[in-house]
Amino acid sequence: MTAVLGPEHAALARGRRRRTLQRRGALAALAAVVLVLFAVALMVGDTFYTPSEVIRTVLGQTVPGASFTVGELRLPRASAGVLAGAAFGLAGVTFQTMLRNPLAAPDVIGISSGASAAAVIGIVLLGLDQAATSVVAIAGALLTAGVITLLAYRDGVVGTRLVLIGIGVAAMLDSVVSYVLLHAASWDVQTAMRWLTGSLNGATWEQTAPLALALLVAAPALASQERPLRLLQLGDEAAAGLGVRVGRTRVVVILAAVLLIAFATAAAGPIAFVAFLAGPIASRLVRGGGSLLLPAALVGAALVLAADLIGQFGFGNRYPVGVITGVLGAPYLVLLLVRTNRAGGSL
Amino acid sequence: MTAAAQRRAAADAPARRPLPVRVTWLLVALLGLGLFGAASIVFGVRAVTWPDVVGGLSGASDTIAEAAVLKRVPRTILAMLVGAALGLAGAVMQGVTRNPLADPGILGVTTGASLAVVTGIAFFGLSAPTTVTWVAIGGAAAAAVLVYTVGSLGRGGATPLKLALAGAASSAAFSSLISAVLLPRIDALTQFRFWQVGGVGGAEPGRILQVLPFLLVGAVVCVLSARGMNSLALGDDVAAGLGAHVGRTRLVAAAGAILLCGAATAVAGPIGFVGLAVPHLCRLLVGLDHRWLLPASAVAGAALLTGADVIGRLVARPAEVDVGIITAIVGAPIFIWIVRRQKVRAL
Repeated sequence: MTAVLGPEHAALARGRRRRTLQRRGALAALAAVVLVLFAVALMVGDTFYTPSEVIRTVLGQTVPGASFTVGELRLPRASAGVLAGAAFGLAGVTFQTMLRNPLAAPDVIGISSGASAAAVIGIVLLGLDQAATSVVAIAGALLTAGVITLLAYRDGVVGTRLVLIGIGVAAMLDSVVSYVLLHAASWDVQTAMRWLTGSLNGATWEQTAPLALALLVAAPALASQERPLRLLQLGDEAAAGLGVRVGRTRVVVILAAVLLIAFATAAAGPIAFVAFLAGPIASRLVRGGGSLLLPAALVGAALVLAADLIGQFGFGNRYPVGVITGVLGAPYLVLLLVRTNRAGGSL
Repeated sequence: MTAAAQRRAAADAPARRPLPVRVTWLLVALLGLGLFGAASIVFGVRAVTWPDVVGGLSGASDTIAEAAVLKRVPRTILAMLVGAALGLAGAVMQGVTRNPLADPGILGVTTGASLAVVTGIAFFGLSAPTTVTWVAIGGAAAAAVLVYTVGSLGRGGATPLKLALAGAASSAAFSSLISAVLLPRIDALTQFRFWQVGGVGGAEPGRILQVLPFLLVGAVVCVLSARGMNSLALGDDVAAGLGAHVGRTRLVAAAGAILLCGAATAVAGPIGFVGLAVPHLCRLLVGLDHRWLLPASAVAGAALLTGADVIGRLVARPAEVDVGIITAIVGAPIFIWIVRRQKVRAL
């Protein structure tokens, strides 16, 4: 028996080792990409600063010129980009895994729009500050998630119906955002774009700090539920049989993901399609199974940083980051539909 | 059509309501249109008195109030024309694709038209009104072909869900591209915003006269296809067996609808959900016969859009809310209701 198992076993072990190595390599490469993009975002701008100047500024030394430009303008902006991207990526891949549908990302099914609508109402109509806005955005996102689930519920939640209902809800909420911005007669392009497509323009530490806190709370929560969540894909009963506390897992996962969406939206607006794109890209880059949380977070951060750099310096004009991710993400959405339909998927 | 489906259809809306019922509902719709039209002249951001209305309608523009009334006339006419075009186009699209979720907005046709126009204006110096209309129609046709192709790939052809998803995805893609084209031209944004959220506020008599021929031709083509669409409703096989030219009927009717959508978008920007809600309502009132359904949808669409425009002028005084926002807020719940109803079945 052992003689028969021996070589197969060795091959299996080799394969596993190779996959682990591949995974680690891909993760390291992704982390390096994020780091490089972050560094570039700090160095490049109207004035170029050398790496040593940037490092000294980040370490808290006073460098003439760089202290303000890098320390007060570029660092908050790049940090907001990394954090928002990671938050959207984490939340997106969680929803996609939980609902077993790549289209069920929070920005496609309207949860980001809910956070955005609540935040706009909070800021424009109620005059709330950043902290209160985050709270209102969470309420909006949770409420939207609840409403969509309730509306889609009929003998269980079917992915496609949920997606379509989410699209309808998103259309309505986006109109609410337009309406509020218009009603307040404060239709200035910067604000409008932040809440309609997401933008890092004018990012400050006051906006970024709550998001960092949310990530510190929600990311470990998601990581702790990673295994139960993957077992849930086998179906509720099978997962329960394997010792998963189904209800608790669902509640924790949804709360954590919605928290991330809400805080990221309150900080940077609903940056279009990052939550939707991060998961699928991560699963193509990091093959061989394993958790997709960290890869998706890195991909999200890299996407937002890269899109923001392109938006700022790629063209003659400065575009907000959401427009760039939107232009990149939308064709991918169509492509995904083409591929799913060709494969005779469950749509 | 299976027996079960037939029973369901019979329960939802009898194929043929008695003639008096149909005539009554059509008259009610016309009456509603008249009432909303009158309201559209009388109500607006500026409150006017009855003598002002009379004076303004008889051509006087001595006082500001009379001038305001005079300006509301083309706007009212435009709202009626666009509403009728979208209602009719929606009914035809639902008939041609046998899809209860079909709507010029949801299928991305109006957004496609808008994108074509915006691109033309921004990059090719487009300005002549007639050219704009042609470009809009071209964009509408290209978007319709794209969405239908994506939606009909794979098993089962163009099922309602696949088509709606393809439409929503393409619509999101077009919207992102529109933002990307418009943003650098921020100075002109108030004027350009019209291409993102449709509205009838900028109505001018000359522009209306210019698109009128397109709308008329489209409407005539659609209404003439009514009989053919009745046979399409029986299913392609039965229709072909009865001697109907299935492919030709589809093509002609779709061309008529695209003409209507393109021309309507060229004067009023992308307006969603009118073409979705109106045919469903009319099917309940006058039955499934397209020879009645199409005219009823046109009248009801005109009434709906005129009413929505009046609401948009009144809710946010002294600002105006674009009619596209109102129709989305009112229409999205109807979309959700249709998605929720049982399994979305083919018409």
